[in-house]
Amino acid sequence: MSEMSKIVRSISNLLLPFILIYGFYIILHGHLTPGGGFQGGAVVASGLIMVLVAYGSERFASWVKEKHLSILESVGALGFISLAFLGLSTAFFYNFLAGKGGLFGDIPPEGSNPGALNTAGTLPLMNLAVGLKVIAGLASIVLVMGLASHYFRQEEKNDT
Amino acid sequence: MDLLSLVHIILPLLIVVAAGFAVLLRDLISCTIALAAMSLLLSLEFYILHAPDVAIAEAGVGACITTAIIILAISMTKREEDER
Repeated sequence: MSEMSKIVRSISNLLLPFILIYGFYIILHGHLTPGGGFQGGAVVASGLIMVLVAYGSERFASWVKEKHLSILESVGALGFISLAFLGLSTAFFYNFLAGKGGLFGDIPPEGSNPGALNTAGTLPLMNLAVGLKVIAGLASIVLVMGLASHYFRQEEKNDT
Repeated sequence: MDLLSLVHIILPLLIVVAAGFAVLLRDLISCTIALAAMSLLLSLEFYILHAPDVAIAEAGVGACITTAIIILAISMTKREEDER
């Protein structure tokens, strides 16, 4: 896909930080509010895809390499499964961080509360891992489709 | 009849209208926009049915990423549908 007009590019530049912050908010509050790794990752990936459509896939590919997205996806999957294996001394997927203090280890107050973010143990970390995997996966799907359409159009131009 | 049950009747009708536009329109870009509108209305329906989780996923994947993929696919073919 080729580059779009200057108006579209400026608006996408303006909107990108808000979409990214909203997506990471959904990922990090996954254990408190509706949403989680997949939903927040889809929101962040849709922000990246907006930039891809506005600037064209060739220019976007010069900023974000497909190889780096592949590495990010592997890091997400490995983080998820290694967090599951770290609690293996008790059980697979055992929540070894909950209630210990420290990182995400607070005990939530009883009754209705505004939502204590620093709770729930390994769940926010797993949400973050799933979010990384979903961002990299969805962004690389659309990036590869855009690059393939560009490649085939070049080939048609060479044939005629 | 209160307002919420009225919304429960009107919103599915709007979804059916948007889906009909997606099938009947000749211009494929317009079809894609109609499909995105159907997806957005469907996420609103999920929200009033008390499933906000599904609503966020539907709004992100259905209304944005699917639209981008379909538009990329259309840009490789031609824009107008053939006459039958």
